[in-house]
Amino acid sequence: MTLRLESEAWPGHLPGQHVDVRLTAEDGYQAQRSYSIASTPAAGSLALTVEEIAGGEVSPYLSEELRSGDRLELRGPIGGYFTWTEANGGPLLLVAGGSGVAPLMSMLRYRATIGSAIPATLLYSSRAWDEIIYREELERLSADPAVRVIHTLTRSHPDGWDGYTRRVDAAMLEDAAGEPEPGRLAYVCGPTQFVENVASDLVALGYLPTWVKTERFGPTGG
Amino acid sequence: MVGEFISRGFRGRRQEDPAVAGRIPPGQYLTPGFPVLSAGPTPHTPLMQWDFTIEGAVRPARRWTWDEFRALPSESITVDIHCVTKWSKLDTVWEGVAIDTLLDGVETDGTYVTAFCDGGYTTNLPLADLVDGKAWVAFAYGGEPLAPEHGGPARLLVPHLYFWKSAKWVRGLEITPRDRPGFWESLGYHDYGDPWREQRYQGD
Repeated sequence: MTLRLESEAWPGHLPGQHVDVRLTAEDGYQAQRSYSIASTPAAGSLALTVEEIAGGEVSPYLSEELRSGDRLELRGPIGGYFTWTEANGGPLLLVAGGSGVAPLMSMLRYRATIGSAIPATLLYSSRAWDEIIYREELERLSADPAVRVIHTLTRSHPDGWDGYTRRVDAAMLEDAAGEPEPGRLAYVCGPTQFVENVASDLVALGYLPTWVKTERFGPTGG
Repeated sequence: MVGEFISRGFRGRRQEDPAVAGRIPPGQYLTPGFPVLSAGPTPHTPLMQWDFTIEGAVRPARRWTWDEFRALPSESITVDIHCVTKWSKLDTVWEGVAIDTLLDGVETDGTYVTAFCDGGYTTNLPLADLVDGKAWVAFAYGGEPLAPEHGGPARLLVPHLYFWKSAKWVRGLEITPRDRPGFWESLGYHDYGDPWREQRYQGD
């Protein structure tokens, strides 16, 4: 689910950053969670991608209770490391597991907005075709010959699917990653074990640890 | 954030047990898991190449190999931990060497510490927050050797501060006369990080 928020005070963000969302009940009880910003940087507005966690405390409220026009308390933008702007260079390798695609989507949208020529590859693992977030927009973005979007579907796939059908592994990364040469940058976001495996595989392929930035993303009580 | 804000229709899930609620700092929630957060790939330093040093404004500097470090007196520690990403975990059980043990016989005029780690991570703390039984270099969690993704072979354990101060893959402490921001502290996070005062970000 995508939340589109407007705020006169919002300064814009760096692609990859997140915000804290704080909910307050009538008796003063509060709960906070962090959500990645999926939109391209813009003063005054932002979009968050929220995955509803069954039995969670904040995400079910955001998915089911919050209505258009409601106010939401935000703090941010937060996080200055898992970020990319054109000044950081490339080529870019983005590796996403599930809703971990959100901050990487902000990078791809920003790259398109500014008309950057830096090549970018997104390797995106989803369970099924209809669980791919931003599927149609990713198709449009990959019309740019410098952008490559590679999907893998780990649980089920439509008839005639000729893409990957397994978890991201070293062979898949080797196909997506290109030669490990200076300047390359990898951003990996997804569940803990996904990030752990992908980051280790990239280092084994010859990426220096400093070229690989990671963000763990998962239902930790959501 | 502004005060006096009500989220329409939000009830939330309060911690009903007051004994537990009193152990959860503001803005935190309990997690049964042990989430992993780190900025880059997990380093894997062979124990043969591992050492731990105390350096900087100290007399004398100290260095231990893995075997020497593990031969030091260690203790079992049961503590609550609080991550700035909002999760808290109660009654975690560690084994480690107290920083007091590592600093025994070391003289210093310094009052700050930079913990440095494999992978280049650093974090800064006042020296006073590492001594008098408040901090350890931990090498086991839940009775098992500390897993690499949780900071193994050894991590700092400073449970009274947000958990980014408990640096994973720690390799030493540099004692300094002045405070010097570490990795997250240079990226907008709070210099001290007291969860009970909710010192998450700069300016809190």
